[in-house]
Amino acid sequence: MPRSRVVNLLLLIGVIALFAIPLAFGMNTNGQPAGSAYAGSDSVAVTTVQEVDPDYKPWFHPLFQPSSSEVESGLFALQAALGAGAFGFALGRLSGRRQTTAGAATEPASSVAVDQASSVSIT
Amino acid sequence: MHIAEGFLPPLQATAWTLAAAPFVVHGARAVAKEARERPESRLLLGASGAFTFALSAIKLPSVTGSSSHPTGTGLGAVLFRPPVMALMGCIVLLFQALLLAHGGLTTLGANTFSMAIVGPWVGYGAYRLTLALRAPFSVAVFAAMMLSDWSTYLTTAVQLGLAHPDPTGGALASTIRFLGVFAVTQIPIAIAEGLLGVLVFRLLGKIAPNELRSLGLDRALPPTPQEPAPAGSRI
Repeated sequence: MPRSRVVNLLLLIGVIALFAIPLAFGMNTNGQPAGSAYAGSDSVAVTTVQEVDPDYKPWFHPLFQPSSSEVESGLFALQAALGAGAFGFALGRLSGRRQTTAGAATEPASSVAVDQASSVSIT
Repeated sequence: MHIAEGFLPPLQATAWTLAAAPFVVHGARAVAKEARERPESRLLLGASGAFTFALSAIKLPSVTGSSSHPTGTGLGAVLFRPPVMALMGCIVLLFQALLLAHGGLTTLGANTFSMAIVGPWVGYGAYRLTLALRAPFSVAVFAAMMLSDWSTYLTTAVQLGLAHPDPTGGALASTIRFLGVFAVTQIPIAIAEGLLGVLVFRLLGKIAPNELRSLGLDRALPPTPQEPAPAGSRI
C-alpha cells in the first residue's frame, strides 16, 4: 500500500478510536442513571443553568418541537445526510473536473481561473 | 454549544444578536464576492458549508460520559478565510433552531457568535500562526480545525456564565462551572475534528489541486511525485 494511503487510513482509525474507546469502556458513565449516559452537553448545560440560577424561567419557547426523541434523531440524521450528500457531491464534481482536465494538466496554474470547459481545448 | 431557546435574558440575547449581525452580513457579501470572482471555487464553497452542516448534526460520545458535536467551521475558514463561515454557520444554526428545537431564535445571535465567528477566527489565527512558525501544512490544518471547535465551546461557557452568574461567586465562578460542562468533553471531539480536517485536505490536495492553487493554498498540494516537464516542452 502506498504511504499516503497508510496515512489516510491511520487518520481515519484515529477519528473512529477517539469515539469508540470512550463508548466501549463506558468512561465516566458509572453512577449516571440508566438512559442518561452520554447526554448531550447542550442539555447538561440547561440543567446546570437551572442549578446555578433556579429562579430563571426561559422567556421564549421553540416554535416547533419534534414530537418525540425518535422524530428528533431522525431530523438530525436528515441534516447529517443532507450535509454529507452535498459534501460528497461537491467532491465528486471536483474529482470529475480534475479528470476532464487531466489531459491539460501541464498548463500553467494561472489559466485555472478560466472555466475548465474552455481550458480543455488548449492541448 | 447550542444555548437553548430562551436561556439567555432578553437584554443579552439582543446584545449578542447585534454583535453577530454585522459579521453575518459581511459574510454574506464575502460568499457572493467569492462565487462571482472565482466561479471555479463554488464547489469548494459548497463543500465548506456542507461540511459544517453535516458535522454539527452528529453528536458523539466523549470521555466525560456526555456527548457533544463538532462544528466543522475550520475547513471553510482555512479555504476562504473566516468571514464566509459567519453566514454558513448562521444558516446551519437557523435550520437547527427552526426544525430541531436545538438552539433557538432568541439565542441565534449568541450561538452564531460562538460557532460561526469566534470559532472560525480562532481557527484561522491558529492556522496562520502555525504556518508562520514554519510547521507543516497538515499541522496548521489540525490546529485550525481543533481550535475552531474548542474555542466555540469555550465561548459558549463564557456566554452562559455571564447570563447566569453564580449567586456567590459571580459570573467568573459560573463560567468555570460551564467550562466544566463543555471544555473537557470537547477535547477528544476537537482532536478528532482536527484529524478529520487533515484527512479532508489530503483528499482535496489530490482531487482539487487547481482550485486550491487558485485560492493561494499551494502548500496544501501533495509533493509532486515526478518532476514536471520543463516549461514549454508540451505545447
